[in-house]
Amino acid sequence: MKLMMTCKQAAALLVAREDRDIVFGDKVGLRLHLLACKACPNFERQLLVMRNSMKQWRHYSNDGAADSEP
Amino acid sequence: MTIEHQLEQHRIYLLRFARLQLRNEAWAEDAVSETLLAALTKPQAFENKSQLKTWLVGILKHKVIDVLRVQTREASINFDADGDGSEELDALMFQKDGHFVNAPLVWNDVSAAMAGNPVERLSSQQFFKVLEACTDKLPAAQGRIFLMREWLELSVEEICKELDLTATNLYVQLHRARLRLRECLELNWFGNPMSEQTP
Repeated sequence: MKLMMTCKQAAALLVAREDRDIVFGDKVGLRLHLLACKACPNFERQLLVMRNSMKQWRHYSNDGAADSEP
Repeated sequence: MTIEHQLEQHRIYLLRFARLQLRNEAWAEDAVSETLLAALTKPQAFENKSQLKTWLVGILKHKVIDVLRVQTREASINFDADGDGSEELDALMFQKDGHFVNAPLVWNDVSAAMAGNPVERLSSQQFFKVLEACTDKLPAAQGRIFLMREWLELSVEEICKELDLTATNLYVQLHRARLRLRECLELNWFGNPMSEQTP
């Protein structure tokens, strides 16, 4: 295994993590990459914002708040 | 207001979500009609207006899953693996050496604003419109899968079973959908000065 992964690889793992568990080796590699990289922590945060937003949207679509808009 | 009147108002709202999930006008109409018919057989549900909509959405979700089950059995989902632009998306996001072409922006957590003051709430309503538009822009099969996960809240196993897909294939589709959605939000909301969220 190459010690440092690229942003492209790290981003792929971060996205994969939304839907499945990733293997231990990938977790370690990802953590190392996130420590060294400036861009990928932003990407990780974006996924978190997306996750929170979808949750909120789901709630908003389920409880019918969506048409109380002005 | 009569029950029929109330239902007509809800119809438009329900159709929005049925269309987004099913990506087929006729299927969406069917799912909504069946939802409203089911509602008419339970007039007691109309006594509590505030809960009626929640209840209708609950029925709609079941009807939508039924439609997906029937339709995807008949016509297996066609993933145009090479023609769905995922290669282009990769090239747009990453350089050959694996670095980002444009560093990802810092996103504010919009969902936190839902509970905030009226200005923040209005802004988050606009955000949800963009979010829905971006979801709608996903290729049909991908959009369906993405919303089965995110709106119908089905597990990976359930989606694979309903659509007769392998888990690997499903993960690939979800992956692409998430990247595409991210790109769309970055372009149309977070990277757009017009949508400056904080007043």
